Amino acid sequence: MSELRELYQQVILDHNRKPRNFRVLEGANRTAEGYNPLCGDQMKLYLNVEDGVIKDAAFQGKGCAISKASASLMTAGVIGKRVDEAEALFQRVHAMLTSDSSHGDSTGDGVGTGEGVGKLAVFAGVREFPSRIKCAVLPWHTLRAALSRAAEPVSTE
Amino acid sequence: MSTITRPSRAADATGWDVERIRQDFPALHQQVHGKPLVYLDNAATTQKPQAVIDALTAYYTRDNANIHRGVHLLSERATDAYESARRRIQRHLNAASPREIVFVRQATEAINLVAASFGRTAVGTGDEIVISAIEHHANIVPWQMLCEEKGARLKVVPVDDRGDLIMDEYARLLGPRTRLVAITQVSNALGTITPIEDIVRLAHRENIPVLVDGAQAAPHQAVDVQALDCDFFVFSGHKTYGPTGIGVLYGKESRLERMPPYQGGGDMIKLVTFEKTIYNDLPYKFEAGTPHIAGAIGLATALDYMAGLGLDRIAAWEHELLEYGTELLQAVPGLRLIGTARRKAAVLSFVLDGVHPHDVGTILDHEGVAVRAGHHCAMPVMARFGVPATVRASLGLYNTPAELETLATAVRTAREIIGG
Repeated sequence: MSELRELYQQVILDHNRKPRNFRVLEGANRTAEGYNPLCGDQMKLYLNVEDGVIKDAAFQGKGCAISKASASLMTAGVIGKRVDEAEALFQRVHAMLTSDSSHGDSTGDGVGTGEGVGKLAVFAGVREFPSRIKCAVLPWHTLRAALSRAAEPVSTE
Repeated sequence: MSTITRPSRAADATGWDVERIRQDFPALHQQVHGKPLVYLDNAATTQKPQAVIDALTAYYTRDNANIHRGVHLLSERATDAYESARRRIQRHLNAASPREIVFVRQATEAINLVAASFGRTAVGTGDEIVISAIEHHANIVPWQMLCEEKGARLKVVPVDDRGDLIMDEYARLLGPRTRLVAITQVSNALGTITPIEDIVRLAHRENIPVLVDGAQAAPHQAVDVQALDCDFFVFSGHKTYGPTGIGVLYGKESRLERMPPYQGGGDMIKLVTFEKTIYNDLPYKFEAGTPHIAGAIGLATALDYMAGLGLDRIAAWEHELLEYGTELLQAVPGLRLIGTARRKAAVLSFVLDGVHPHDVGTILDHEGVAVRAGHHCAMPVMARFGVPATVRASLGLYNTPAELETLATAVRTAREIIGG
């Protein structure tokens, strides 16, 4: 049960129930769709990028608590950031989600420990649930697609 | 909950002793996340009885050789075991001849075989193929591909809100351009048992052949292809307590005779020159290359195992479980069953208010309960019922009333953790 509580932390449950930036962003100049065919999660991400800065971000879609909370916290986290800062944040979150927890941060460089990800550290528990990592990563892949203007919907498969 | 009657757990009047039967399945006796495994994902694949595991081991330990070619003793033994498996499966399906039993990888390949071989010769521009709204992707996509190639049209029999086929619509869809009806006997996502006898009868009245997707029917009930009079019947070994990678296409001999080969290669030929090849007889015409010999033997063993328990008794036990599970789940606040057909196989598909099926699946897994959460390879079914996914508990002959109680309790836990 404690592992479950690690996964479903109060912050995640709160963002699942009341997702931030959960709307259509009128006048968005970047959009992308993300899709997880395994469980049917689907999301559309809207960005307003001006002079290399993410001025606004919003999303719509259907998904599990993990993917919804991840999208909610991600949009909140990248608003006001430069594109390269958002990319760096993606790398840190991705490392945190996919690092092998049994090895901890033996390298001592903080990679994979959730260092420098702020509130997004609540997703650290996801790595104990291999089948759920995709749910947390989906919004981030969608973000990268939107920033690179990829035309095809992003799929976790 | 006291008003819900729990089916008898020990041997009941009919002699069904589920605890003894469970001893035949080694994989059931393990813990996951520190809890006893409650395996309720049988529509995805079933666990294997020791008899099947032993049959595979015995084959590889003693008889392993290639079939239909060696003059040596091992090849003869392997060939005998493979062909004996075909005859055992023929008897299980009550097919008229072993020539009507074609080994394939699974139901999916069987349908693709019919689409490629029968479809390419019998379907042309403007022709129609009739399927239903509750098909698995395996009984949708091959026909879509064929229709695209041929300029043919796919017609879909709709379902009502319970998940039953609307038979008046079905009758209306059958027309002079219909070349094939391909419909499931049991829906994998909803558990609906379709009126397959009526489906075959109505199609045959218009001289339209019928393919029955039996992937979800064969694990739960006796199959008699002659009584059903279907033209094709397909199923997978791994859903009937047999190995993965082996399945069966049953086809009426008269139909299979007229169909061109599916794949070319060894074993499906009589004579090959660079100018011309003479194809082998049935069923070998459709079995190019070395088949899954051990798989065929394992599948026959699995079907014999089911027959030994009694197919009618399996169906009766699972029906009791289904009724009990339905009552238990209906008592969970905020739970909505998807698929409430009049006749159902032991599938409990549901959604929980405010909790995504994927989250339910994770929480159930932590309680030891294995279910499937997702679209079940039936995305049009999800669309029809307006849900992105469901949680599906699918029962097998070894499940118990106590396991259903664990399921219901775990679902309540999921609601407590996420919902509210």
